[in-house]
Amino acid sequence: MTVVRTGAANLASVVAALERLDCQVSPSGGAGEVARADRVVLPGVGAFAAARDAIAANGVADALRERIERGRPTLGICLGLQLMAEGSAEAPGVAGLGVFAGTAVRLGVRRAAPSGLGTRPSANGLRVPQMGWNLVEPDEDCRVVSGGYAYFANSYCLRERPEGWKAAWSSYGGRFVAAAERGPVVGCQFHPEISGSYGRALLSRWIRA
Amino acid sequence: MPVRVVPCLDVREGRVVKGVNFQALADHGDPAALASAYEAQGADEIVLLDVTATAAGRAARAETVRQVRRELSAPLVVGGGVSGVSDAAALLEAGADKVSVNTAAVRDPALVEGLAARFGAQCVVVAVDAARAPAGSGCKSGYEAMVRAGTEATGLDAVAWARTAVAAGAGEILLTSFDRDGTRSGYELDLLAQTRAAVDVPIVASGGADGPDHMAEAVAAGADAALAASIFHTGAWTVERVKQVLADAGVRVRLPVGA
Repeated sequence: MTVVRTGAANLASVVAALERLDCQVSPSGGAGEVARADRVVLPGVGAFAAARDAIAANGVADALRERIERGRPTLGICLGLQLMAEGSAEAPGVAGLGVFAGTAVRLGVRRAAPSGLGTRPSANGLRVPQMGWNLVEPDEDCRVVSGGYAYFANSYCLRERPEGWKAAWSSYGGRFVAAAERGPVVGCQFHPEISGSYGRALLSRWIRA
Repeated sequence: MPVRVVPCLDVREGRVVKGVNFQALADHGDPAALASAYEAQGADEIVLLDVTATAAGRAARAETVRQVRRELSAPLVVGGGVSGVSDAAALLEAGADKVSVNTAAVRDPALVEGLAARFGAQCVVVAVDAARAPAGSGCKSGYEAMVRAGTEATGLDAVAWARTAVAAGAGEILLTSFDRDGTRSGYELDLLAQTRAAVDVPIVASGGADGPDHMAEAVAAGADAALAASIFHTGAWTVERVKQVLADAGVRVRLPVGA
């Protein structure tokens, strides 16, 4: 199993959580390892543009896109979920992996701003970033993601279920995608690696998915 | 969103210490053991501050962070002596999930911008240590930002500084009252309310908690999380008991523990 080294993530937390589940984990920044590994984790924390640049420069982005499209076990965490989308209001004009259609928008903003205008922070009293434990409610057909409290730390989110994926939902100034799964490919807006027993159980299911 | 209850570990030379008004530190044990115990009690997050790092001219010790991380599956905020992007990267590499900055950010607010550009705002906590300002200080809020673990006044208005820090990219304000720290006399509510009115990011209230009643007051004043140290270290309260009392008082918390 490999955890992608983006240079900006809470890498050690992800590695520690997986090691507590007796996984053999090697952090890697290389496209070859990302292509070959049985399982790959794309960790979160990081700014969209910085993380995209880090994985685009060395071919890791292509390797990730290919394994996700082939349905090989891959877990994107937080920004790792958003990077699977086409882009983010956090960095207009910077392309994501484009594994599914859609763009991450700022929390508290119902629609992406018209292109070129960027986004404005919410003005409805919502604290952004969302920081803390929010309730995750999966659609009935989710296999990896279950219901419970998970830890979120995000300013951006996806509003629509990726087409062809199963979704779990949370609410923060409106409903958003807490997680999306398609077989062993899972993207979590929250951080399972620091979500206590809830996160541990989720990671444990993903390892077997 | 449930209010977070956040035990804080002030660490010196690899040991958890706690004083009053940042002084007279007493030893409370091993950081990793305490962090795990608090997680088991239902802590929503752990803050680890290396209180001697800035004075020693170094960043928080990575080895302590690694030891805490090995067992901890709750979010970990680490601060103390972070003076550049590379310090923050090293702490994330060791096991932090968020990084807290104070002294270096006051000296150079561009540090906050640099951290947010690389790690995202949600990873950047700016710790504001606020002391009641002496008369004639020019601090409009009545509070002055302190640096170097409370040993040095900056002349900056603490609330105005919080606003500047958020504009520069801080995703959270860890707001500590220097005067209330360790006194168990309650949070500085006026400071909290003024800061709440000034910024729209989450605020962690810190300094002065003697129990859940004070935490409920802090939430009413606008805090999103309540940090405490002494009450947990001395065993006066467990996190679980604090959350039960908060829940009974109508404050939304994450219960049952471990869920």
